[in-house]
Amino acid sequence: MSVTYLEAIRAAQEKALADDPRVFIYGQDVGSFGGAFKATKNLAAEFPGRVMDAPLSEDAIVGLAVGAAIEGARPIVEMQFADFSTVGFNQIVNQAATLYYRTDIPCPIVVRLPSGGTLGAGPFHSQSMEAVYAHYPGLVVMTPATVEDAYSMMLEAVSIDDPVIFCEHKLLYYHLKADKLPDTAQPVGKARIARAGRDATVVTYSAMLHESLQAAEDLVEEGWQIEVIDLRTVKPLDTDTILASVARTGRLLVVGEAWPWGGVNAEVISRVATEGFGLLDAAPMRLNARDTPVPYHPDLWAAHRPTASVIAARLRQLLTQ
Amino acid sequence: MVTAAKEKTVACNDLDPALLVRAYRVMLLARATEDKLASLYRAGMIKGGVFLGKGQEALSTASSIFLKKGDIFGPLIRDQAGRLAFGDTVLDTFRTYLGSAKGPMRGRDGNIHRGRPREGYYAMISHLGALVPVVAGGLYARRLRGETGVVGVTSIGDGGTSTGAFHEGVNLAAVERLPLVVVIANNQYAYSTPNSRQFACADLLDKAAGYGIAGFKCDGTDPFASLETLQLAVQAAREGRGPQMVVATLLRLVGHGEHDDAGYVDAALRQANVGRDCLEVGATQLIESDVATADDIAVWTKEAQAEVEDALNIAQREKGPDPAEEDWQAISTERLADGHHDLEDE
Ligand SMILES: Cc1ncc(C[n+]2csc(CCOP(=O)(O)OP(=O)(O)O)c2C)c(N)n1
Ligand SMILES: [Mg+2]
Repeated sequence: MSVTYLEAIRAAQEKALADDPRVFIYGQDVGSFGGAFKATKNLAAEFPGRVMDAPLSEDAIVGLAVGAAIEGARPIVEMQFADFSTVGFNQIVNQAATLYYRTDIPCPIVVRLPSGGTLGAGPFHSQSMEAVYAHYPGLVVMTPATVEDAYSMMLEAVSIDDPVIFCEHKLLYYHLKADKLPDTAQPVGKARIARAGRDATVVTYSAMLHESLQAAEDLVEEGWQIEVIDLRTVKPLDTDTILASVARTGRLLVVGEAWPWGGVNAEVISRVATEGFGLLDAAPMRLNARDTPVPYHPDLWAAHRPTASVIAARLRQLLTQ
Repeated sequence: MVTAAKEKTVACNDLDPALLVRAYRVMLLARATEDKLASLYRAGMIKGGVFLGKGQEALSTASSIFLKKGDIFGPLIRDQAGRLAFGDTVLDTFRTYLGSAKGPMRGRDGNIHRGRPREGYYAMISHLGALVPVVAGGLYARRLRGETGVVGVTSIGDGGTSTGAFHEGVNLAAVERLPLVVVIANNQYAYSTPNSRQFACADLLDKAAGYGIAGFKCDGTDPFASLETLQLAVQAAREGRGPQMVVATLLRLVGHGEHDDAGYVDAALRQANVGRDCLEVGATQLIESDVATADDIAVWTKEAQAEVEDALNIAQREKGPDPAEEDWQAISTERLADGHHDLEDE
């Protein structure tokens, strides 16, 4: 038996509903239809009244979740695409994210964001919004890259007392598979060394983990051993694991699918530069998507985001500097 | 002030027969175009989704056919027909779906996300409701420039009426008394979500009174009724009587997108009046009112299919954009381009 990344998210939501009566799911088409991507398939039938179709109103959906959280519920809300969370942005960053700081009442909501680019998806069904949300104090931002993390981090997202922005990558939904769901997990907030190496460190997360691992594999033939770190959560950012790796390798490339200006990559490099400058043997490098909307045409899209071959090429530059 | 237009099924005294023919031929062309898009999708020749308006051609055509050069049209997902009636072409439709560099979106955006804003044909973003205030803004600017007699039409689904942007946009247009016609295609579902989970008012038209604007109601499966209703609404807006809301009832006869089998649609609805195919209704109307014969319609259908084939042949031979030739700039002010692309020199 194997389980996909998407099935892991579904299974985690199922377990959360089964284990905790305070949990409910609210979002467009999440009920009997099972969600646009089927992440809530059969859950409405299994948990009557707790998995409900919402009107087409992201602002109100998130607002409802915050209100319910104030009253002790643990809502999971689904945005049909991460891109549409901009419509619920005010409730996320001003209502949910400030509640605990202002009132001492925590806000245990999970906002699921089907994120990232896929073939032909275009400017409004492709966005990676983790950096935008990470910018706001008061939010935990998760970016699982593996089936195991999709499952265990979703469970932890529901149990955490703070608002969690759960960025699940659509490109991983169907293709990424594991043999089984995990029984144990690394705690949220800790990065993971996905591949050990000594020559350079790649820090990455979400779908770019897989492009980076491929690049690392491609460089083996050339004699390079690349360490690849999967951030898992971009906020909090596990600076210690990054610095420890850079201390071993002396070289850093940060890879992300989001836009370049002020994102996760910029934050990682800024922390390494300020806290670990002396560890670096070469200037740190980064790869982001290009600074334009995500294009529709497959050829443009392929040139818009980092890929394994681009990452490998950049690593060659870094390694010979 | 809610005025329900008469719901007619056959005779249409107020409409010019030439207009009826033109409208019906647009509907046929839209249907032929979309049938082709569906088969291209099934053949794996389109990357990304295909979103069709089958069953909504009559209403969509009616939405824009009374517009003139200088007016504004802000179509949405189900508006292939209205786009064609406003001057979009089958060729540009295929170009956009296939990502041709020669299309209006140059491969940067695709499918239904197309337009030519300079020609008053606004290009929707995916976020539903977002176009309502934008069309209002276009009209506001026209008024500032002293232009009169301009009309803007935008459409939305039953689901889209639940957005804040729709509410804010219609309210703002009402406050500004802008010549905006909002066409609500109540096709009973928003993706899988039925109206019972979308709104609690007895009729979406009730909203018109809440905003203090005029409202019209029509049977969206009925081409004559749709045309008659939109003619009234567009005329009222043009005459300076403020925003007009049209609520049409109908059913989308395809999935939300071509990936969707629409298994959630109540079978009874398909059998009911809302489930009628407006092309069939229109054919009967044209024949019964002696505007056309069955033979005429057969010829037009063939001509529409031929036009679709020709356009597809051209679009399929065109190249997509070359990433190496792209300027990768999202702002127009060249000197202010941030110019930072990590990928640049790969
Ligand atoms: C703000 C926003 N949220 C979610 C979506 C995803 N979405 C695309 S179409 C659709 C259903 C739209 O229903 P309706 O407005 O009734 O139009 P119809 O598809 O029936 O023509 C949804 C939820 C979106 N496009 N925009
Ligand atoms: Mg609808």
